[in-house]
Amino acid sequence: MVGLTVLATALALVPLFLVLGYLLSKGASSVNWNFFTKMPAPVGQSGGGMANAIVGTFELVAVAIVMGVPVGIGAGIYIAENPARWLARAVRFAADIMMGIPSIVIGIFVYAVVVQPAGGFSTFAGAAALAIIMVPLVTRTTEEMILLVPAELREAALALGVPRWRTTLSVVVRAAGSGIATGIILAIARVAGETAPLLFTAFGNRFWSTALTQPIASLTVQVYTYAISPFADWQRQAWAGALVLTAIVLALEVGVRWITRGSVRVAR
Amino acid sequence: MPDKLVARRLNAYFGSNHALCDIDVTISANQVTAVIGPSGCGKSTLVRCFNRMHEVVPGARIAGEVLLDGDDIYAPGVDPVDVRRRIGMVFQRPTPFPTMSVADNVAAGLRLNGVALTRAERNRIVEQSLRQAALWDEVKDRLNRPGTSLSGGQQQRLCVARALAVKPEVLLMDEPCSALDPISTARIEELLLELKENYTIVIVTHNMQQAARCSDFTAFMYTGNLIEFGETKQIFTNPARRETEDYITGRFG
Repeated sequence: MVGLTVLATALALVPLFLVLGYLLSKGASSVNWNFFTKMPAPVGQSGGGMANAIVGTFELVAVAIVMGVPVGIGAGIYIAENPARWLARAVRFAADIMMGIPSIVIGIFVYAVVVQPAGGFSTFAGAAALAIIMVPLVTRTTEEMILLVPAELREAALALGVPRWRTTLSVVVRAAGSGIATGIILAIARVAGETAPLLFTAFGNRFWSTALTQPIASLTVQVYTYAISPFADWQRQAWAGALVLTAIVLALEVGVRWITRGSVRVAR
Repeated sequence: MPDKLVARRLNAYFGSNHALCDIDVTISANQVTAVIGPSGCGKSTLVRCFNRMHEVVPGARIAGEVLLDGDDIYAPGVDPVDVRRRIGMVFQRPTPFPTMSVADNVAAGLRLNGVALTRAERNRIVEQSLRQAALWDEVKDRLNRPGTSLSGGQQQRLCVARALAVKPEVLLMDEPCSALDPISTARIEELLLELKENYTIVIVTHNMQQAARCSDFTAFMYTGNLIEFGETKQIFTNPARRETEDYITGRFG
C-alpha cells in the first residue's frame, strides 16, 4: 500500500521535473545579459533580447495590482464582516464563479469593452484583464484570512470602546495582514503567467513602449510569438523566456510559502 | 457604598433562547462583586449585558434596564461605544493584539479611539497602567517586544493594563484566571484588592474559593436566574437559599 502511494507521488512529480529540466536544458544557454537588456533584433540578426517584454510584464502586473488589489481587499473585508447579508453572499458567489471563467474569455470581454471603444490595444486594457483575474483570488483569500482572526480579538477591541469600523481596519485586518499579503503575491504569480487575455488587450509590441495607451510587450506573449515563428534564434529566445518566466513564478510561489512557513497557510 | 451599576428586570435573549430572567442586582462602587454558578447559568451573559457586549452577538437582545450611576445605558440614543469606554472588560483568554508591542497594546484603547497623545504622555500612561496591573517591573525592559512574547499570566495582566489605560469606572472580568497557572492566578487576585480602591470590579468565576477569597459581595446564579445575592461572608457561611447551599457545598456544580 505504501509502495503504491509512493509510486503515485513519484508519478505526480515527474511532469514537474521534466518541465523544469527541459526548460533548463533548452533555455539556459540563451539566458544571458543580452537577453535582459536588449530589444528584439530584426529577423535574422542574433543578439536581440526581451528587455521590453520583461519590463512590459512588470508594468502590466503593477497596473493590475493598483486596479485589482484594493477592490479585492475591500470586497473580502465586506464579505468577512457581514456574512449574513444577501449582498455579501452574492459577492462571494460571484467571486467563486469568476475564478472559473477561462482567462481567454476575460480577454475577449475586455477587448469588447475597452479595446474596441478606445480604438486600439493598450497597456491599460491588458492590465484591466489581469485585474479582473486577480480580484476574485484576492477577495477569497482576504475573506478567509479575516475569518481566521479569532473572534476574541475582535471582542477585546470592541470592549475597549473602539467603534466597529475601526476594530475591523486597525485590529482585524492588521492581524490578518500577512495572510492577505500572501494571497496578493500568489495572485501576482498567477497573472504573471497569463497569455491568452493579453493577446486581445495588450497585444504585444516589437519596440520599447511603456505608455498606458499603447500596446505593450509581455514575456508570455513574446514567448508565444517567438515559439511559433520559423526562426531558430527566436525559438532559442522563446526557451529562454519560458525559463525566466517559470523562474519568476517559482520564486514568488516558493518564496511566499517559505517566508510564511509555520504560520497560517493560505488555503487554495 | 453608593450604587454603581443597577440591573432592573434585566432579561437577555439569544434569538428565542431566554438566557437571563428578570435579574435585579445592585453592584456597589469600589467593591469586588463575584458572580458564581454552574456552567451555562448565565454569568458571562449577565456581565456582558453590563457593557453592552451582549448585543455584539448576532440575534442577541435584552429587555429591561441597566443603570450606570443612575442613567440607563440601554436608553435610546446611548452609544454603546461610550458605555464600553466607561465599563471595561477582561476576557477569559488573554488577547494581546498580535501585531503590536507591549507598550502599543497598553495604549491601544486610547490610540484606536483617536486620542492624540504626545510621546511623553503615552509613556506615562503606559507606565501607570502597567504599574496598576502589577506588570511594570517585569516588562519595563521589554516594552517594544511583541505583546505575544509574554507568558500567559503576563499577557492577561497586559490585558488588564490595556483595559485600565482607558480609565474606566467599572472593570468586568469574565473568568480571567481560568486559563492561567496558580501563581499567575494568585497575582491577579492580589491585584483585585489594589484595584478596588479606584475601580468597581465585577468578576465572574467558576472557582468558588476564589470568590470567597477575593470578593466583598457574591451573586449566585442558576439557569438564568439570580438565586441569591449578598455579602460574601454571609453567602458562604449562612446562605439563605437551599440551591446556594447545595452549590457551595458541592452537591452540584
